[in-house]
Amino acid sequence: MTSIEHKPARRSLWAKHKIFETNSIVLLIGVLLVISIGGLVEIAPLFYLKNTIETVQGMRPYTPLEIAGRAIYVREGCYLCHSQMIRPLRDEVERYGHYSLAAESMYDKPFQWGSKRTGPDLARVGGKYSDEWHRLHLMDPRLIVPQSIMPGYPFLAKTELNYSDIADDLRANRAGGVPYSDEMIAQAQSDLKAQATPDHPGQADLEKRYPKAQSRDFDGDPQRITEADALIAYLQALGTLVDFKLYDDKANIR
Amino acid sequence: MTATASPVRQATVGEMIGMLIAAACVLPLIIIAALTESSGYAFHAVLGVLASAAAIVLIANRCFDGTAPVEPQEIDGKPNYNMEPVKFATVAAMVWGIAGFAVGLLIASQLAFPALNFDLPWINFGRMRPLHTSAVIFAFGGNVLIGTSFYVVQRTCRARLAGILSPWFVVLGYNFFIVIAGTGYLLGITQGKEYAEPEWYADLWLTIVWVVYLLVFLGTVIKRKEPHIYVANWFYLGFILTIAVLHVGNNVAVPVSVLSPRSYGLWSGVQDAMFQWWYGHNAVGFFLTAGFLAIMYYFVPKRAERPIYSYRLSIIHFWALIFIYIWAGPHHLHYTALPDWAQTLGMTFSIMLWMPSWGGMINGIMTLSGAWDRLRTDPVLRMMVVSLAFYGMSTFEGPLMSIKAVNGLSHYTDWTIGHVHAGALGWVAYISFGAIYCLVPWLWNRKGLYSLRLVSWHFWISTLGIVFYICAMWVSGILQGLMWRAYTSLGFLEYSFIETVAAMHPFYVIRALGGALFLIGALIMAFNLWMTVRSESAAEMPRVDEAPAPLAMAV
Repeated sequence: MTSIEHKPARRSLWAKHKIFETNSIVLLIGVLLVISIGGLVEIAPLFYLKNTIETVQGMRPYTPLEIAGRAIYVREGCYLCHSQMIRPLRDEVERYGHYSLAAESMYDKPFQWGSKRTGPDLARVGGKYSDEWHRLHLMDPRLIVPQSIMPGYPFLAKTELNYSDIADDLRANRAGGVPYSDEMIAQAQSDLKAQATPDHPGQADLEKRYPKAQSRDFDGDPQRITEADALIAYLQALGTLVDFKLYDDKANIR
Repeated sequence: MTATASPVRQATVGEMIGMLIAAACVLPLIIIAALTESSGYAFHAVLGVLASAAAIVLIANRCFDGTAPVEPQEIDGKPNYNMEPVKFATVAAMVWGIAGFAVGLLIASQLAFPALNFDLPWINFGRMRPLHTSAVIFAFGGNVLIGTSFYVVQRTCRARLAGILSPWFVVLGYNFFIVIAGTGYLLGITQGKEYAEPEWYADLWLTIVWVVYLLVFLGTVIKRKEPHIYVANWFYLGFILTIAVLHVGNNVAVPVSVLSPRSYGLWSGVQDAMFQWWYGHNAVGFFLTAGFLAIMYYFVPKRAERPIYSYRLSIIHFWALIFIYIWAGPHHLHYTALPDWAQTLGMTFSIMLWMPSWGGMINGIMTLSGAWDRLRTDPVLRMMVVSLAFYGMSTFEGPLMSIKAVNGLSHYTDWTIGHVHAGALGWVAYISFGAIYCLVPWLWNRKGLYSLRLVSWHFWISTLGIVFYICAMWVSGILQGLMWRAYTSLGFLEYSFIETVAAMHPFYVIRALGGALFLIGALIMAFNLWMTVRSESAAEMPRVDEAPAPLAMAV
């Protein structure tokens, strides 16, 4: 390591680099400064530039049942094969529907845009198929789509949903900025039950708190609330909140 | 050792503190295990109790087995290096590597033959895929990085590793994190962010381990006997520091409760996406690139017995690489709901990134100047040089794919998977294999490897595997991208989605075959290393106790 030192001292820029090579704290601070710039420039403005998230009608936080279903979607790693992000390209808009807006995932923790489409995009899968379709497809995908390579998830319909701490889920979301009201948190358990039980008296209140919430038995077994109930409720809600007949593309050009 | 030969001694202050901290963890962990409703979380709490108990026993044992309270920094004027943690990390890297490659082969086969999911929760693709990525990146790659960094920093600083218990805490604590993360995925505990799947409590643990790692590394650099900090250590330091920043930034989360393994991040939607790929791309940039360039900067010159080609190039490409990489994240979000200005910035810097990346490749490959003949005779060096070629190839492909027009086709397809594996198998794994082939005889004080012929076999079998893998993914990726956007003459979409899935089948089979060849290569390597360690011959020629002759050649 000594050969540099025996070099005649030259007053070049290269010699100035010596400070980084001989002082580890200076090197540390230098690295920290250099790696901070890009992140700051790209991330910080997203929190204050108003046009980052479009103004839309209809977005609301997930219902307790939907958020329980979303947790299962995350748990099973669905995002590894299914994106939830329709790009503004001709074929995608024709295949999946209106391109995705930032507003549509504004309450998504974590975001589930995905990075791979081994299976199709799911951003607007809500309402595309029946509950029965989803139930069978989750149980055995090849029953419905013979060439599918999706794993089967028969255990979802057999596993009762554990939602004892669902209010805590809402509370943790609120701590991260999702506008759940005290009432929503207080009613989380009963709202979840109401949404998954046919003709439950609590459904009117649920719909007041969460407009467009779909309440029914999702998994074909009205006696129990299973993980399949929650997951299908979540899937059926995907992409249904913003009414694109009323949405003005031009108003949100960025 | 017998008790007579090694009298019992008092525990040092550091040992007492270590045991007290471990003991203090036991009761809270038992309470969590008893009260939580999540069986997976309870399992992790029990593992925590066992680890704490093991830590207490291991530390206490030092007072009985004759371990000196403080090892001398030098013996006979020569640095008294601490290589035991390096040995552990090297073995761990091989074990995790083979596990990670095997899981990769399994999930590749699941995509070709979905019956292999067996309809079970803990073995389905969605849970195994994070297990694969974490096992190869963080378990294999992480142990290689920690092991080699502890080796290189001691050798190039001519100083014993800083700390007494802390190097062991880093190595064992990191591997404990791996166990928690990996078993968590199988049990369905994940926060659902790619390459950052471990939940809040695993993240907290990793943060502690990582800060100690930084302190041990920095402490060793600070007490160095060499006036200059060798270039490999700049890269190691950049990697350790930046990973700390990225890890904390991307994983800020609110746990549902102390008794729940689940959490919700502080960021949502578009900001969360930007944070994630700022993290995700720089996990590539700093974990899988800067860290492994550090390995290259030590092991290539050492093995080739040539100085680094250009000292100035190493300065330029170090600063340029770490400055530019940070900006490249948004290229994972082209045409998404991320604002266009951010996408454009990401694309611009990704293209610029080509140059500093090739700076590293050129500096590595040109180090062979005057030693090219060694490629014929030394398969280990051949592996490292080919790794640099793959590095150059994938860092050309990356900027290409970050161009929006190209990305419109490649994104969401297997092309991305192929690109990642060109870098991961060709560059990261090969430079790691090269380094481990060098390290094992050095660490275990053996003359050389058990068999260079086996290294050659490993090289050719796994190279064939990589070629199968990336060619299959190029074809399937571009094919599927084109099929998605194909229109009939009447203006309708030509293919339904499932038709494009069915078309992938032959390539998925070829990919799995490539993965199998790569795994076979690694098994050959493990056998070779095992035989190297087992052969009792002490080294006839001890290693030249010197850092790679530096730098100066082209100044």
